[in-house]
Amino acid sequence: MPRRLAAASVLLLLSGVTSSANEFERVRPVTNDATRKECGECHMAFQPGLLPAGSWTRIMDGLDDHFGEKASLPPGPATEIRAYLTGNAAGRGDPALLRITEQRWWLREHRFRPEVWLRKDVLSKANCEACHRDAARGLYDDD
Amino acid sequence: MIRFLMPTLAVFAVGGAIAATANPARTALLDGYAAQAKAQSATFAGFSAERGRALYLGPHTGGKPETNACAACHTPNPTAQGRHQRTGRAIEPMAVSATPKRFTDPAEVEKRFDRDCPNVLGRACTAQEKGDFITYLAGQ
Repeated sequence: MPRRLAAASVLLLLSGVTSSANEFERVRPVTNDATRKECGECHMAFQPGLLPAGSWTRIMDGLDDHFGEKASLPPGPATEIRAYLTGNAAGRGDPALLRITEQRWWLREHRFRPEVWLRKDVLSKANCEACHRDAARGLYDDD
Repeated sequence: MIRFLMPTLAVFAVGGAIAATANPARTALLDGYAAQAKAQSATFAGFSAERGRALYLGPHTGGKPETNACAACHTPNPTAQGRHQRTGRAIEPMAVSATPKRFTDPAEVEKRFDRDCPNVLGRACTAQEKGDFITYLAGQ
């Protein structure tokens, strides 16, 4: 708990802002096993509600080069995961943007100094759980 | 302390190796790769944990510079927890003694080789390399 508090304080200090209420601060957790397993192997299995359906479709179309990495899946799980992600996608957001971290709402909430992303325990903007301890449960309002 | 621990570790290692060879799914997987390796090379004479170790530790050229070995993400110690090089995601240890379910699901194993061999080597792995790799980690 002290660690969590400390992390939160650091973030507050660095960002200098508190977030406003945002529909993306609480999203439905991932309920599909294939999504949890396959996506969760290399990064947290991001909740479908974090991106609009158009973004998910393009992500699933491009798994051979998934942000520079080969992340292709066998047809069975790929079809299931695609249906789950697009069927539970966000109603808002820019479908032309593939990364959650490029969406306008995300950028508004993460105006930190660049050094934050280089911290060893953070490493990547995709590592939600470094700061949002309950991110895997869809809870991001702890900042 | 180390002297005291060594016998204990040795027992664990042997236990791991026995568990590894006793797993029918892993044996079947290795048999499959052995058949493929024979088909790919007339000189194939069985898998080698030593070659598997060299493959695991690298470093290799041909793949991505930041992932020039399996050990880049899985750490040089296969019983340790790894970390995805780009996302920071934790990876369960590769050693069978630490993660007994390793190399028991053929689809899962092929999926990972299919992705990671290009990342590390810049090409697909041969059947012999796959068998060497599993043989090495089954004994760890």
